[in-house]
Amino acid sequence: MYVIVAGGGKVGYYLTKALRGGGQEVTLIEKSRKRFELLQEEFGDCVVLGDACEVATLELAGAARADLVAAVTGDDEDNLVICQMAKRKFKVKRAIARINNPKNEQTFQLLGIDETVSSTKLIYSLIEQEVEVADVIPLTALRRGHLELVEVALTESSPSVNRRVRDLALPHNCTLAILVRGECAEVIHGDTLLQGGDIIVAITPSDSVEQFREALLGKAVATS
Amino acid sequence: MHVVILGCGRVGATLALMLEAEGHSVAIIDRDPEAFRRLGRGFRGKTILGIGIDEDVLRKAGIERADGFAATTSGDNTNIMSAQIVKVKYKVPRVIARIYDPLRAEAYRELGIDTISPTLLGAGMCRDFLLGIPWRRVEDYQAPQEILLLARNRERSG
Repeated sequence: MYVIVAGGGKVGYYLTKALRGGGQEVTLIEKSRKRFELLQEEFGDCVVLGDACEVATLELAGAARADLVAAVTGDDEDNLVICQMAKRKFKVKRAIARINNPKNEQTFQLLGIDETVSSTKLIYSLIEQEVEVADVIPLTALRRGHLELVEVALTESSPSVNRRVRDLALPHNCTLAILVRGECAEVIHGDTLLQGGDIIVAITPSDSVEQFREALLGKAVATS
Repeated sequence: MHVVILGCGRVGATLALMLEAEGHSVAIIDRDPEAFRRLGRGFRGKTILGIGIDEDVLRKAGIERADGFAATTSGDNTNIMSAQIVKVKYKVPRVIARIYDPLRAEAYRELGIDTISPTLLGAGMCRDFLLGIPWRRVEDYQAPQEILLLARNRERSG
């Protein structure tokens, strides 16, 4: 496979290195001469000095026979133009754009570049998952692991907030035991009204933890 | 008509003042607050601080009811991207992007974005003046000549 990588910053550098390590033919395009010379020392002739947004540079890099162009500069506008030029002017089949501002993802799709990678969004979703997973904290296993004592913290956006406990679709055999609100702890009843910030200690069957989570916190995002 | 201008440099500011003097409604966007000083004190149009590829900024400038949009920042790609957003998403009837790079201007013209390359216009008019040739229509200056590509390739291989 012949790949053109546009932008020789950190992402472009490691991408080129990885692709070459995987036995692919790669050309790396870098705009700044200083950076270019540095890259050339390591990669030799497969680095091209020039602006990847320009037709002449892409031509020089052999865009016409490229299977894939990856635009990974730190500038979203540049990445868009590089991908559009590659696809429309040189008929490159796949063009992948790095997106720095997650807001631009939709715009890229609208303008015909549907393969995008946003590191900001990726890391954000990982953090979100982390938070989501931490919401139901297992405290201890009871009765040889068939039941679990868990703690869960409600946020303002949890679907169980402002609802009474008896109205929740809790799994069978699940008991909400103690409510910690601020400095106070109280026993939970059917008519206890839940609030954002509440911490609940509950007992739930081990195989219903997901259902328990859903009843209190809503659908969890996919966790691995 | 309502016109949104992106970039309050010399071209953008002058364009804004021209249109305003003719009684049009104008909103001008720039990411540098200092740039708006070019408009002088008398400017009654709207000035919006922000980047032109941000749709919130475009909407603040009234892009949804705009009849025209001109992208005049010094960044070719910013102009290309904003012009496309405005044309494709907001369906503004008249959209023009100023693009310095003649080949990029041509490529996007082929893709349906109206562009003007001041590079070709300036160089072409100077050439005609020097050679004693009467000035031609603007469009006649917009086709890049073979010489541009040749010069670039020579520069690279040399």
